[in-house]
Amino acid sequence: MFILDTLAHRLKRGCETMAYPKGPAPALPDRHGGALKVDAGKCADGCEVCVPACPTQAIARPAGKSVALDLGRCIFCAACVDACPAKAITYTGDHRMAVRQREDLVLGESGQEQVRLADALDEKLRKLFGRSLRLRQVSAGGCAACEADTNVLGTIGWDLGRFGIQFVASPRHADGLLITGPVTRNMELALRKTYDAVAAPKIVIAVGACAIAGGPFVDHAQVHNGASAIVPVDLFIPGCPPHPLTILDGLLRLLDRLEEKPPSGN
Amino acid sequence: MSPANSFALLANATSIPWLDVPAWPAAELVRATATELDRGGRLCAWFGVPEGGITCLVAVLAFDADNTLAVARSTPFTGSYPALTATHAQAHLFEREVWEQHGLTPAGHPWLKPVRRNNGAAPANGEFFRVEGREVHEVAVGPVHAGIIEPGHFRFQCASEEVLHLEIALGYQHRGVEEALAGGPHRATLSQMETVAGDTTIAHATAYATVLEALAGTEAPLRAQWLRAVALELERLANHTGDMGALANDVAFLPTSSACGKIRGDFLNLTALICGNRFGRGLVRPGGCRHDLESERATQLLERLRPALADTEQALAWFWDAASVRSRFENIGTVFPSQASEIGLVGPAARACGLVRDVRYDHPAGWHRFAQAPVAVWPSGDVFARARVRSLEIQRSGEYLRDQLAAPAEGELHAELAPPAPDTFAVALVEGWRGEVCHVALTDAAGRFRRYKIVDPSFHNWTGLALALRGTAISDFPICNKSFNLSYCGFDL
Repeated sequence: MFILDTLAHRLKRGCETMAYPKGPAPALPDRHGGALKVDAGKCADGCEVCVPACPTQAIARPAGKSVALDLGRCIFCAACVDACPAKAITYTGDHRMAVRQREDLVLGESGQEQVRLADALDEKLRKLFGRSLRLRQVSAGGCAACEADTNVLGTIGWDLGRFGIQFVASPRHADGLLITGPVTRNMELALRKTYDAVAAPKIVIAVGACAIAGGPFVDHAQVHNGASAIVPVDLFIPGCPPHPLTILDGLLRLLDRLEEKPPSGN
Repeated sequence: MSPANSFALLANATSIPWLDVPAWPAAELVRATATELDRGGRLCAWFGVPEGGITCLVAVLAFDADNTLAVARSTPFTGSYPALTATHAQAHLFEREVWEQHGLTPAGHPWLKPVRRNNGAAPANGEFFRVEGREVHEVAVGPVHAGIIEPGHFRFQCASEEVLHLEIALGYQHRGVEEALAGGPHRATLSQMETVAGDTTIAHATAYATVLEALAGTEAPLRAQWLRAVALELERLANHTGDMGALANDVAFLPTSSACGKIRGDFLNLTALICGNRFGRGLVRPGGCRHDLESERATQLLERLRPALADTEQALAWFWDAASVRSRFENIGTVFPSQASEIGLVGPAARACGLVRDVRYDHPAGWHRFAQAPVAVWPSGDVFARARVRSLEIQRSGEYLRDQLAAPAEGELHAELAPPAPDTFAVALVEGWRGEVCHVALTDAAGRFRRYKIVDPSFHNWTGLALALRGTAISDFPICNKSFNLSYCGFDL
């Protein structure tokens, strides 16, 4: 009787996996805002009210240069959006933020108002990993939020397995690492050992502001300001934590599994 | 019974001048604390405050039945003092921490070793306790674990399948949170408080904001207190639901596992509906809240909450209806009530040992002065009990939210906060989903933080997991671990 009940409920609920990426992406919460965009042309001469507003030192305005917002350090608290009198820093509502190069997260220069989204892996790696990617997750000072929103990709709603991506229990089973946290000094050895245990060729993905640049703990003596200090990083996914959709977009982008329509003008 | 005048009394979320905190020679402070613990007090915090190059000890106790907190300190000293741990086990990690941070040696501490100190590229774990014997073997697990979770090291002493002893060595997540608070608040302080334990953002941010409000001699507007209480229960719902799914997964009961994994996300999305972030970042601010839950949004929240609660109820019904699930949890990982009170367990882990212990009820502050949820208790102390308490709390948080959303507090959401008073001591307790989140602040003459102490519930409860494993099969470690689901970073700070 019990088994029949369970089956009946499952049938009633049907498939709960989202249509994305074949269908539309689920909407971000309206107060989320998505990625930031910097229109440095709007900045008044010498204005730097956004600089001290930022809790993670993500914004700089070197003398004579335009404002530079480092989305890698950003925790998306919106303090700068609120502070800017000229509305030079605005939300885009776009969940896509993953990049391949660290400097692609620095916004402000002409032509770099928004993030330059990640290119796919080269053909050789794409052939190896494109349809089957096994990742080992290492939390190195992560607060459990990036971990939770990575973990959620394995639930029925997101079903990461349908893309051939899976998190595995040993680095010897893995094609790469997904790192969260600022990389504490106390995790340095464990991270190095885990990285070394993954067979080459291997990739490294840094998820969240901490793993990219130290996040709220930037410049603490107890941390390394991100994964790049210890291992080479192939994909940076910003956020505090990144929305699961942002993480999934990054993974699929890296594997060239997104069939995007050309940008529709905005 | 209330504590003798060795201690100054204060209520949760209030402050007192530092000069009003009675100071005793260290041995006397230990003796007085021991007396109060024997009379039913509970150690919330025990830490050092640097003073003139040496250190004074501070004890913060809770008298749950009296709804009061008590605080006392030692005169500044250096060297050693008689360990409180020798007679009261709940002090054991606190005294190790004080030894590590300030060099004060608790003489007679049975297991004095580092808590989170760095040793090159890893924590200084020290020697592990070893059981000798021909059939005894040792199993080492971690720091990097099999799933997507935080790192920590577990050292089991086993005779065949049976665990004789488990020692848990943490510190891998140490980010220097407390150290950075000295001289604060700083620019990054609030975001650090929101990430002390990232799945407990609302509880920690609320405790921090409450401390600042107490130091300013005020409190947040009622509407903000109401909204914090709503967000706190959403946080509890998300985490409890996720853990129930994880427990189901660990006994290969996939219907509940699949459903709860998804519903957890539904609850997180409700928090995101309020503030844009699934973990509640950016919502709680000293002096109030940053985002409002306007009536239209509250209606939307309620409309989405109802099906999520109904789905949870259904998924949990499958779980509890299945004898094959229940039998996997009964008499596994038992912590006895006497052990629980001896080691000072808090939160659902304590309530699953029959202890009626809940900050929302015992030390109501903020909105909980006006609206409380009944305390969920189960007596058996095993994995079953911890799962049972979580299930009960899911129901009660759901009811609480329905009630509170129907009767919102009106008025301002945020009030300008005066700067912290100088030379003042403030305590805030918040019942996070794992239990008591304790923040203590002491300001200097300029009103900056002279010392800020954070006690995550995990600091009390990791010892509970270690005890739960005694006499348990090592193969049952995953379900024992999930039933507690403690924070590594909240402990490591």
